Amino acid sequence: MPKTTPFHPRLEALNRTKIWDNWAGYLTAPRYQYSDLSEYYAIRNSAGLLDTSPLFKYRFSGADATKFLMHAMARDIRKCRVGQAQYTTWCDDNGFVIEDGVIVRTTENDYLLTAAEPNLRYFRQINRKIGLADCQIDDVSADYGILALQGPHSLNILRGLTADAEKLRYFRSVQTEIGDKPVLLTRTGFTGDLGYELWIKAEDCLDVWDTLMAAGKDYNITPLGLHALKIARVEAGLLLLDVDFSSTRYAWVDAQRETPIELGWEWMFRGLHKDDRDFIGRVAIESEIANKTSRWKTVGLTVDWHHYQQLHREAGIMPPLDGVFHEGTMNIYRQSEIPWDYAGYATSLVYSSILRKHIAIAKLPLDLCEPGSQVSLEITIIRRSVNVLARVAEMPFFNPNRKTNLI
Amino acid sequence: MSQQNYDAIVIGGGHNGLVNACYLAKNGLKTLVLERRHLVGGAAITEELLPGYKFTTFSYALSLIRPDICEELNLPQHGMMTLPMPNDFHPGFNGDYLKFNGDAYEDYHEVARYSAEDAEALHDFRHLMNRVCYAMKPIMDSIPPNSRSDDPEELQRVADLHGYLEGLDDDIQELIHKLWRGSIAEVLDEYFESELLKGLMASSSIIGSMVGPRSPGSGLVWLFHKMGEYDGSFGSWGFHKGGNGGFTQVLAKALRSFGGEILLDAGVSEVLRQEGRTTGVRLTDGREFYAPTVVSALDPRNTFLKLVDPAELPADLVSHIEAYKFQGSASKVNFVLNDVPPYPGFEGNTEIFRGFTNVGPTLDYLQEAFEDAAAGRISRRPFIDACVQSTVDPDMTPPGKHIMSCFVMYTPYHLAESDWDTERETLGDIVQETLNEFFPGFHDIVEHREVVTPLDIERIVGISEGNIFHGELFADQMFMNRPAPGWNQYRTPIAGYYQCGSGTHPGGCVIGAPGKLAAQQILGDLVSAI
Repeated sequence: MPKTTPFHPRLEALNRTKIWDNWAGYLTAPRYQYSDLSEYYAIRNSAGLLDTSPLFKYRFSGADATKFLMHAMARDIRKCRVGQAQYTTWCDDNGFVIEDGVIVRTTENDYLLTAAEPNLRYFRQINRKIGLADCQIDDVSADYGILALQGPHSLNILRGLTADAEKLRYFRSVQTEIGDKPVLLTRTGFTGDLGYELWIKAEDCLDVWDTLMAAGKDYNITPLGLHALKIARVEAGLLLLDVDFSSTRYAWVDAQRETPIELGWEWMFRGLHKDDRDFIGRVAIESEIANKTSRWKTVGLTVDWHHYQQLHREAGIMPPLDGVFHEGTMNIYRQSEIPWDYAGYATSLVYSSILRKHIAIAKLPLDLCEPGSQVSLEITIIRRSVNVLARVAEMPFFNPNRKTNLI
Repeated sequence: MSQQNYDAIVIGGGHNGLVNACYLAKNGLKTLVLERRHLVGGAAITEELLPGYKFTTFSYALSLIRPDICEELNLPQHGMMTLPMPNDFHPGFNGDYLKFNGDAYEDYHEVARYSAEDAEALHDFRHLMNRVCYAMKPIMDSIPPNSRSDDPEELQRVADLHGYLEGLDDDIQELIHKLWRGSIAEVLDEYFESELLKGLMASSSIIGSMVGPRSPGSGLVWLFHKMGEYDGSFGSWGFHKGGNGGFTQVLAKALRSFGGEILLDAGVSEVLRQEGRTTGVRLTDGREFYAPTVVSALDPRNTFLKLVDPAELPADLVSHIEAYKFQGSASKVNFVLNDVPPYPGFEGNTEIFRGFTNVGPTLDYLQEAFEDAAAGRISRRPFIDACVQSTVDPDMTPPGKHIMSCFVMYTPYHLAESDWDTERETLGDIVQETLNEFFPGFHDIVEHREVVTPLDIERIVGISEGNIFHGELFADQMFMNRPAPGWNQYRTPIAGYYQCGSGTHPGGCVIGAPGKLAAQQILGDLVSAI
């Protein structure tokens, strides 16, 4: 039997489709109503509420916790001060990515991390190896439920519940109360919009859910299924494990592995020369940056609107827009004299309703990565492979000011 | 008098004027839009008539706006956001209703409560409609041939068009023929038996038009509305964020990004002419602006009979424009509510109002409403297309309140025994009473009401007789005949003077195509002149 999150009694009542997916062993709703698009637009127009409790949650505490994270994490944890959050990654010795996640520094010596996969043994083993005296690593997955409240009206909803939301800046966190229940509130999310995440003690989850839903009633607060989230995260240019990249832990060969640079996270290593940490993967990452040995880069692609229309018109069918959503491999070719001149592949392709075009996340060789570079993306029209013109685009595709602004 | 020179001047800052100006500016013309009012948008505006309450005073939903225009003008970058309508609600009599959720099978079972055959027929019919609309799309999106021209190229285009239509699948051709001249009732009677379903489906056949569902011509009005799309789904509608005024503000932003200019409070009294060609415009306040290209986004009566001297135009054109039918028949009644309308069994349920709420249960109901109008009266029981955008867009009202836009048919511009200044509140009362009949207790949730009569549309927006499409969507006024045979290609007899309003092909409904196609013609003519 799959497990259920602390919010399940409410989710079950709201899930009109009665369809459930499995997320890390927990029941999760792909959608609560028939229209994915309505849930998606709640993120961009009003507010959506998503249960992300199936994520694994770890606590690092003790006088040596910072030292541990300086070593285990590729990004410098010292830059994450108390009351801040940091999007980070952890790699293996060869500089290949294990995972990514958001870490919150709640007090001087206390951190909370979310991860998509189990990492307790992994982190503890590192700690055993380096022998830090005072660093506890605990799995607190069952202790908390997590809610993501995302969308332009998320602040309006929180404003009426806590005075602490108003001044909370992007990637900051605050310990507060929602309806008398203690909550760790962070201004983070996976949607690329204004949004917050709340760590709630398991026993308080239903109360906080009810409080938020009641406060959001006049703001079209909408429970979000995973599908809506997945559309939003592609627009936000946020990569998904096992879709846009694989963990080096379960890879067989290097061709399946990716470095943070190849994933487009070079920005995490700005100022690396001034950073004296001995973190796992450092030598390889430094060498990759210095010698420009990345095998490919992860980029955004937009499908040419006119060409997409034209190809379908020639085939005699209406071009599919809403509902186009692929997580898988789609080949990309060079626009050259040679037919089917393989260049790379896309990992996620979705029709973005708000951008009114198809967008994709792709891996391309370095010479094709300049924004505006033209490539051919292989799609299927009436069961036949067809190449459609696509252009390399900057990610995020959609990036409203309200995401990071102080409102 | 100030003198300023432009490459192109567009008269009227409605959506077509703005689209036209965007294309001209994007192609390098120094372009100026002159808008008579204090805001752009024409009939597609959102007004905060009460603090915190955003009224879509006139136009209130989007569907037909051409997707190619959104792409070519980068409208998403400028904030275009059309919210989907996941539900439609169609109340009937005695507690009957149809409630659509957008799930094909759930909708099947909903219709099957009345007729299993209808439920299945609906699937087939929708598929045929999609094919018909896809077949008609290239016709809608291109400049029609000139039926009065002897130019071999134009003759060839007419022949090509016939060839194209004849090449379509037989069932597509057949339905197009039926819809082009016939009534929607004939088509619906062939497919469906449920009066409730037919009533719902017929609503698109009468919007803004002096036809009942059983009148010839209603088929074409219906087809026209189905040509709209939402994310690749024909006949689907959405709410622009912040109302349709939000959309025209997006167009204004796009125009500025292309270097175009907008001048507000600048009503044009006359298009200046010299030796058979235009030189610019004179405003009502006497200011003059000069440009070799002047485009009127106003309706055909204004374009040909008011902005220029009709005596200078060919008599044939003038008589066509004089006979061109406006006869506005629609009005708006917009309500502020303190709750969503109560339907027995769905009290307090905001979900059913996230799309169109269609008050007009059966063909008979709609036809009777039309018969009143044909006799010069306000329909005693009107058709109402109600939208509560605040159920999906919280920015429309303060928390806890709702705003309901009601599009009302029929309200003939020409009343037989009264006038609109006298009948304004009568109309408001009739609409409120009708809503109270279908949503018992509606009276109790009304906090405020704004009535917009056809005469108000004419006075405020400037559209002749308040026709929301700049003239009826009748076959005699469509395609090669819009607005007049021989003058359907956006040109006028005055060189450099063009038309781009909804009175040109393909027509009204916040499509934008007239604006784009006119720009295409203008830019082509400028290239030919070089």
